[in-house]
Amino acid sequence: MDLSLLLTDVPTLVVVIVGVPAVLGAYILGGEFLVRRLPDRARGSVRPWIWVAPALFFVTAFLVAPAIGTVFTSFQSHGGDWIGLTNYQRQLVDFPNGGAWIAIRNNLYWLVLYTLFVLFFGLLLAVLFDRVPYESVVKSLIFMPMAISAVALGVIWKFMFWYQPADAPQTGTLNAIVVNVFHQAPKTWLTDPNVNNFALIAAAIWGITGFSMVILSAALKGIPADLLEAARVDGAGEITIFRRVIFPLMMPTVVVVGTTLVIFALKAFDIVYVMTAGNFGTDVLANRMYKLLYQADNPGGASAVAIILLLAVIPVLIFNLRQFRAVEARR
Amino acid sequence: MASVTYENVTKRFAGDTVAVHDLSLQVKDTEFMVLVGPSGCGKSTALRMLAGLEDITEGEIKIGDRIVNDVPPRDRDIAMVFQSYALYPHMSVYDNMAFGLKMRGTDRSEIDRRVRDAARILELDPLLKRKPRQLSGGQRQRVALGRAIVREPQVFLLDEPLSNLDAKLRVQTRIELQKQHRALHATFIYVTHDQVEAMTMGDRIAVMKDGILQQVAPPREIYDHPANIYVAGFIGSPTMNFVPVTVHEKAAKASGFEIELPRAVNVEKGILGIRPEALTERPREGHPGLELKVEVVEVLGSDQFLYGTCGSDTMTARVEPQMKVEVGDRVRLGIDPRQFHLFDVETEKALL
Repeated sequence: MDLSLLLTDVPTLVVVIVGVPAVLGAYILGGEFLVRRLPDRARGSVRPWIWVAPALFFVTAFLVAPAIGTVFTSFQSHGGDWIGLTNYQRQLVDFPNGGAWIAIRNNLYWLVLYTLFVLFFGLLLAVLFDRVPYESVVKSLIFMPMAISAVALGVIWKFMFWYQPADAPQTGTLNAIVVNVFHQAPKTWLTDPNVNNFALIAAAIWGITGFSMVILSAALKGIPADLLEAARVDGAGEITIFRRVIFPLMMPTVVVVGTTLVIFALKAFDIVYVMTAGNFGTDVLANRMYKLLYQADNPGGASAVAIILLLAVIPVLIFNLRQFRAVEARR
Repeated sequence: MASVTYENVTKRFAGDTVAVHDLSLQVKDTEFMVLVGPSGCGKSTALRMLAGLEDITEGEIKIGDRIVNDVPPRDRDIAMVFQSYALYPHMSVYDNMAFGLKMRGTDRSEIDRRVRDAARILELDPLLKRKPRQLSGGQRQRVALGRAIVREPQVFLLDEPLSNLDAKLRVQTRIELQKQHRALHATFIYVTHDQVEAMTMGDRIAVMKDGILQQVAPPREIYDHPANIYVAGFIGSPTMNFVPVTVHEKAAKASGFEIELPRAVNVEKGILGIRPEALTERPREGHPGLELKVEVVEVLGSDQFLYGTCGSDTMTARVEPQMKVEVGDRVRLGIDPRQFHLFDVETEKALL
């Protein structure tokens, strides 16, 4: 790897390598020095803030402040004039095909199909692989797509879904199967509005199933073998044991994984951007926001979409955090 | 109600580990049988094979007259109490007890009656709506027992059910279990590593070691007539004294004393076994007994243990707590002639 680039600006490099740790160290030591000077009673309540303050600062500067800025922008015209809810109105007019409605519809597809299928496959694989030899090898294979960047994943699946006219050799894996095994005409997976959303969601499911499987598998292994044996002696068959004992005990984890997936589904962007760029009726909110901002030069509209997305994610996020705490509390 | 029969049962795990070797054991109908031995002796495996949780490598297990080798656990008409209790954490106490009956399609009103009966017997009525994590260890143990009782099975299997309880509760529950056994009039098979539980609860005790059954007998007989050195040493606390002796007709000579055997034995060498309580503070007329050089004295209130040496052998004596003994004393002790054992040096089997 060519590292000579780093040497083009030596002073900056020195500042980064020496300066950042020095500032952090000075902050910690200085903070501790000041805390020691405080009366005994105040120390306990001040010290945590010294440690939390940097994190609070960064979150405020890079997350909260821009979010508030986005809220303001969403009420402004391109020129900076206050135009009230006009940006929102433009996004939400002409149901069902105008404004952001196609993106909203597609996000709902993602929300339901992506979440349910990833949970289903994750659970299925976790339970099945619990009983095979070489479990860790097999699970590593399923987990592998998680290591691929979403962009690479999009490119891979673009090839999988590749379309050639009927008389040309089919280089796309799926169409090769459709033509040579089922003797049907090749399909335009990514441009046919009847299937393309599902094609994108399928690619995303392939990419994330390993994540769901690994977490659910850990939850499954956390169930004591005794319990399953007790159920067996109690007269339950394997399916009943899964339904009445294993699944209820995994439920808190299923909910946490599920709500995490809902958030992923709402945030869906990269796969759509790479595979169809949101064309042919596959747009999603995140991609629409990107297009409005960088292609249509409409920061107000983009901000309005961002806020709509934010409002959709927040309740799920809160539920997710609560559930996570409930799971932790049960241990 | 039914008997249980192990016929030449062997269990081999992958890698040729033999957990149970050629076990033959007959448990009578309504008997309280205790399988006892140190951890890894195969007692739990023997129980789990009977429950159907482990396959049987060789031999046959019968419940009543039925060979159950290939019968799944649910059709064996057994109930099991696990060491960890294995209560379903997401179900209430009521549902935990009802689960097995629901699985068998028992009538709803019948389930209710049986669960409430069991709850009353075990004093669980006020807890029926609670979840297991809201219960104390003793209460969980009772729920586990209740879950077995409501099933009204032919055989109860109990795998170290008391080992997670504190000492006081353990004694209470031990007594409770014996009462339940009499009340239920069912066959109990009870696995434990605790010799006190084995001695106090079992109608008969089966002592196991390294997957091999050592002896099956009522507690008194196990104690009075252990079949070999292992059983003799395992049952009884403090453990039996083992002293190498040379034998000539009826006389057995140890390094520090000599005693007369009740009858002549046709060996030259042997291991003499003397229980600590067979060494008494009153030497009998005409018997020299032995002289113990005391090294440690333990007074337990009801008992006094003397640890010391006699000749080149270390020995333990259990004497009356009133006896005044100091460390370093040489004490003359009598030997109760009815209470010693002689074992073969090679086979370790009892000779007398």
